[in-house]
Amino acid sequence: MDAVLESLPDVFRAFGYTVLLFLVSGVFSLIGGTLLVAMRVGPVSVLNKAAATYVTLVRNTPLLAVFFFFSFAAPKIGINFKWVDVHIGTFDFTSFFSTAVVALTLYTSTFVCEALRSGVNAVPLGQAEAARAIGLPFSGVMRAVVLPQAFRASVPPVASALIALLKNTSVAAVFGVIEAASQMKIMTNNNADERWGIFIAFALGYVLLVEVVSLAAGTLERRWRIA
Amino acid sequence: MRFTRTKAIVATAALALSLAACGDAGGDGETVDVDVADDASFDAGTRMAELADQGTINVGVKFDQPGLGFNETGADMPTGFDVDIAKILVASLGIDPNDTSKVKYIETISDNREPFLEEGKVDLVLASYSITDERRAVVGQTGPYMLTGQQLLVPEDSDAESPEDLQGKEVCSVTGSTSLDNAKAQGMKPVGFDTYSQCVDKVLDGTVEAMTTDGTILAGYAAQNEGELKVVGDPFSEERIGVGYSKDFPEMCQWINDTLEEANEAGTWAEAFEANLGASGVETPDFPELDSCES
Repeated sequence: MDAVLESLPDVFRAFGYTVLLFLVSGVFSLIGGTLLVAMRVGPVSVLNKAAATYVTLVRNTPLLAVFFFFSFAAPKIGINFKWVDVHIGTFDFTSFFSTAVVALTLYTSTFVCEALRSGVNAVPLGQAEAARAIGLPFSGVMRAVVLPQAFRASVPPVASALIALLKNTSVAAVFGVIEAASQMKIMTNNNADERWGIFIAFALGYVLLVEVVSLAAGTLERRWRIA
Repeated sequence: MRFTRTKAIVATAALALSLAACGDAGGDGETVDVDVADDASFDAGTRMAELADQGTINVGVKFDQPGLGFNETGADMPTGFDVDIAKILVASLGIDPNDTSKVKYIETISDNREPFLEEGKVDLVLASYSITDERRAVVGQTGPYMLTGQQLLVPEDSDAESPEDLQGKEVCSVTGSTSLDNAKAQGMKPVGFDTYSQCVDKVLDGTVEAMTTDGTILAGYAAQNEGELKVVGDPFSEERIGVGYSKDFPEMCQWINDTLEEANEAGTWAEAFEANLGASGVETPDFPELDSCES
């Protein structure tokens, strides 16, 4: 444990990257997932099929493969995010961070979409029909009637998708982001004699972060419960 | 139907060709000839006697470092300087190092070298294994059989010549390696990938300005990508590359030292160095002074 205590600033910075990757890709995944689910349950057949194909394709691809694509294949066709160059405090947001966010977002959106779809399916069909009957357009039906209820019903599965996302950020360790898993590797390499202590410290860090997400989800679930 | 089959054959042939092209990375496949000791005798009860008796041994080497430990796709065994030194050690036990039914070359990556030794999955580790006090606390290390230092690999047209020219710039190395840590200490921004070859890719596509690790490793990549990449700068760290063995068998230390010393006197050490690293323009250095086994 000494090694962890000695380089505490580095450890916190690394977990900072983990949290930032999670927050940024989490927000984008929620937006992306909502758009996808709107496409999937919407009346336009083309969008319907496009979203279904996208979800099937990306959800069935290992995250590592998605990362590989954006790290090694995409740059060869000019997609490299080199234009991203933001520095805030000690955190650098460059092409590597962006690549990780893009890969994580595209991947997690599919899971969020499917979780939300289960919520949409939980809303009785009669409600959407009633909303149509009073003259709401599709966007109105979704915004005012279906999605608010769908979000409530799908808090637990969306939370699972987000928890998976939090842990999936560790894949970025081997794609240029010095986040928690990467920092752990640095420290186990330098301190072969303290392998276990370091491992446990980082595992606890992840457990703590996941617990925060779970608690937030639990609170939301209680607050949004339909009386 | 026939059309698709033809296409499939063409595609397969093309793939095979391109794979063959990829495989051409491990230098010219020269290795050093070592004589298998036929009079190997060790004190009873030592690990060396045990290994010599059972006639088999497991050696941990790198599979992805041209010139040091590199396994070509489909090759029987890896090649490189580390591997050749391993062969010298194995041969001194009276085991034929080129017989893969007796000697198993197992890939050890930076992360699993100590666990593999502790668990007994490998008997020796020769995998560009720097000697450090922290490692010596859990495994046995002796040598060094090579000294190297960290340098920079940059595109041919780059002006960067030292870490000072790359302050605050992103520099690639392997996640969790000492090199990555040193890069940070030198004021560069570390970017970690899984293997050195991925870093080479990142330097080639311009996402990072340079990559850094031991000069001997970089020289191999510079030779592989001649005209595109070059090694620059004076070494800014000293790595003492040694042999790893299990702490349970401290008697192996003296045997390793003696064998390395003999290899130096017989000239096989220099021969192995030239065969593997000479082509990349590195001059054969003097044999490094070995650590004593008393401690």
